[in-house]
Amino acid sequence: MAEIERVGEVIEASTTDFVAQCYELYEIPPLGSLVKTRDSSVELYGIVYNATTTSLEPHRRPIARGKDETAEEEIYRSSPQLTKLLRSEFGALVVGHKKDNKLYHHLPPQPARIHSFVHLCSPQEVKEFGQSLDFLNILLNASLPVASEELVSASLRQMSQAHPDPRAFLVAAGKELAILLSGNLNQLKAILGRIKQ
Amino acid sequence: MSERLGIVVSGSLNKGVEVKLDSSASIEDMAVGRFVTIEGAKRRFFGMITDVSLGVTDQKLSLTPPDTTDPFIAEVLAGTSTFGTLHVSPTLVISGDATTMLEGPQPVKTVPSHFSVVKQATQQDVELVFGTEDEKRFFIGTPLDMETKVCLDLEELVKRSNGVFGKSGTGKTFLARLLLIGMLQKGAAVNLVFDMHSEYGWESRDERRRKVKALKQLFPSKVAVFTLDEEGSRRRKVSTDFVVRIGYDEIEPADIALLRQTLNLTELAVEAVYQLTRKFGRSWLEDTLGITSAEELPEDLNIHESTLQNLQRGLATLKRLPFLVASAPDNTVKRILEYLDAGTNVILEFGRYTDIAAYILVANLLTRRIHARYREATEKAMGEDAAPPRPLVITIEEAHRFLNPEVAGQTIFGTIAREMRKYNVTLLVIDQRPSGIDSEVMSQMGTKLTCLLDNERDVDGVLAGVINKNEFKSVLSKLESKQQALIFGHAVPMPVVVRTREYGSAESYKGFAPESQAEEDIEKLWE
Repeated sequence: MAEIERVGEVIEASTTDFVAQCYELYEIPPLGSLVKTRDSSVELYGIVYNATTTSLEPHRRPIARGKDETAEEEIYRSSPQLTKLLRSEFGALVVGHKKDNKLYHHLPPQPARIHSFVHLCSPQEVKEFGQSLDFLNILLNASLPVASEELVSASLRQMSQAHPDPRAFLVAAGKELAILLSGNLNQLKAILGRIKQ
Repeated sequence: MSERLGIVVSGSLNKGVEVKLDSSASIEDMAVGRFVTIEGAKRRFFGMITDVSLGVTDQKLSLTPPDTTDPFIAEVLAGTSTFGTLHVSPTLVISGDATTMLEGPQPVKTVPSHFSVVKQATQQDVELVFGTEDEKRFFIGTPLDMETKVCLDLEELVKRSNGVFGKSGTGKTFLARLLLIGMLQKGAAVNLVFDMHSEYGWESRDERRRKVKALKQLFPSKVAVFTLDEEGSRRRKVSTDFVVRIGYDEIEPADIALLRQTLNLTELAVEAVYQLTRKFGRSWLEDTLGITSAEELPEDLNIHESTLQNLQRGLATLKRLPFLVASAPDNTVKRILEYLDAGTNVILEFGRYTDIAAYILVANLLTRRIHARYREATEKAMGEDAAPPRPLVITIEEAHRFLNPEVAGQTIFGTIAREMRKYNVTLLVIDQRPSGIDSEVMSQMGTKLTCLLDNERDVDGVLAGVINKNEFKSVLSKLESKQQALIFGHAVPMPVVVRTREYGSAESYKGFAPESQAEEDIEKLWE
């Protein structure tokens, strides 16, 4: 099995979501991608719903530095300390877990632990996770800073890439959404508009 | 393999069940009249699609339709937010309990549980319900979109009077001829056919003007053709077995009463006939026509001049019919009965006398006497514990002329239709205006075979007394105008729409009467 890409470390956790800091500035997993973090016995699966890049110290805001530079890259080259003074973080919504090699599409009994490593899931894992579309309900019902139709469509687009027939996967997911959103036609239309190929 | 169509979502025994179509099943592939099976938890149900409709989960969808030009959105919405529903009326339980295992399909007494899977009926299911062709079942046609045979139980069929209905040109004659062939083939009954348009005896033509063989050609040894119009038969090169002549003395007052409307007679004129018969006896018709004025009438007859004139005008019309003679050389009724007793079927061709007055007169006159003889024979058989006479089926066309509410009480046909099988005589009624037939007669019919009918009153007439009438209405009015018929009643376990069996090709004749084909082959050798 190929080495799974490690993208960060948990720095904040709750039952429903966790926040991880990236090891490298700007190396954030894409919106809607499936990540996982290991606990001793349980593997937690999360979907990236939000990402931020901020100053290390909350009270010191970055200042504009590029007035005399010709290209943006020059700023980082002339002030190499910047990559250490800034940090990228992402939030992931917990959508399922794996225990004793069995996948559950509901919340784990315990939240993630601080300093657990966060990995990007391999296409194989994404495909396996996408067998059941129950996580859509969690995504739709979570109150997040990102509009749920954006998150749902982003995650489905991501997931469809791992499937041999992305269109068939999206149609199946669309049908599931049509049932979940039977009373909310506008939201359904918004999501379908974003995932259609 | 049976194809899954959807699941049961609601319904009742009275009104049938609603089935939500799966997204994989296209609503455009469904058709009313098609058979489905419903896999209940304990029992398997057999039913027919009686309606197809469209549904949406959210009313907003119908107000602001989504962009369905996009195939992706159309595919997602199909079967989820927008879906098709089928209305299915379950009619039989085909497996699952002890009775059905022992005795075959049983009528339904309950409905399948929620979310039972609905599938297209397979060939085996249909065979299980409609049986296979054997010595008492006759293959009448195939269900829509299927190759399975739908078989009529002819033993059940001939026990009661039956009807073939349909608009003009929808294939009534072909259907009736098929039924007659079935009865001949299985020997279920002997037939007497009053063949108004000479279509059943030797040959007739289909809608493309091609010649098709009729009964005598298919079953030469079992059919005798009688004719009223000897000349016409000869011109058509039909070999006839007997030329029917009817003597004036054979006409009775009841025959005239039936012809009242056709001959435009008054009530008083009919009344006068009874008086005249009492006075003159069997020669009343000639005697009455011989009277030139009311003064010549015997003293004790109370008949007014105008009534006499009215009656004489009507009788003169009858007398002009060439097959009516002063005294018949042979007794037609006796001859017919001889043939029937021997198991030979009799077809009476009217040739050029397609006039309704001639038809009513002859059919009624002969049937009354034949029925009386059958009645005697049956009663005698009952008294002596002997075998009753062979079941007789009398076929009449334009039946509403005999069985309309005004005359059904008086004519022999009304009596036969009501008495049913007590005397082993039943009717096969062919008609295009079923609404004109007395409802009491209609309700006594065992099996009805109806082609397309679109007049509301006719549809009501045929379906009177049928459970789930409205569902069948939609089926009946959607029949194709050719070769399709709805069959319901005693001879089939459940109402069924069939594409009637092919008639007219050499292949089809072989299926009807294998022996006639062999004879034909021999004939061809001589040509």
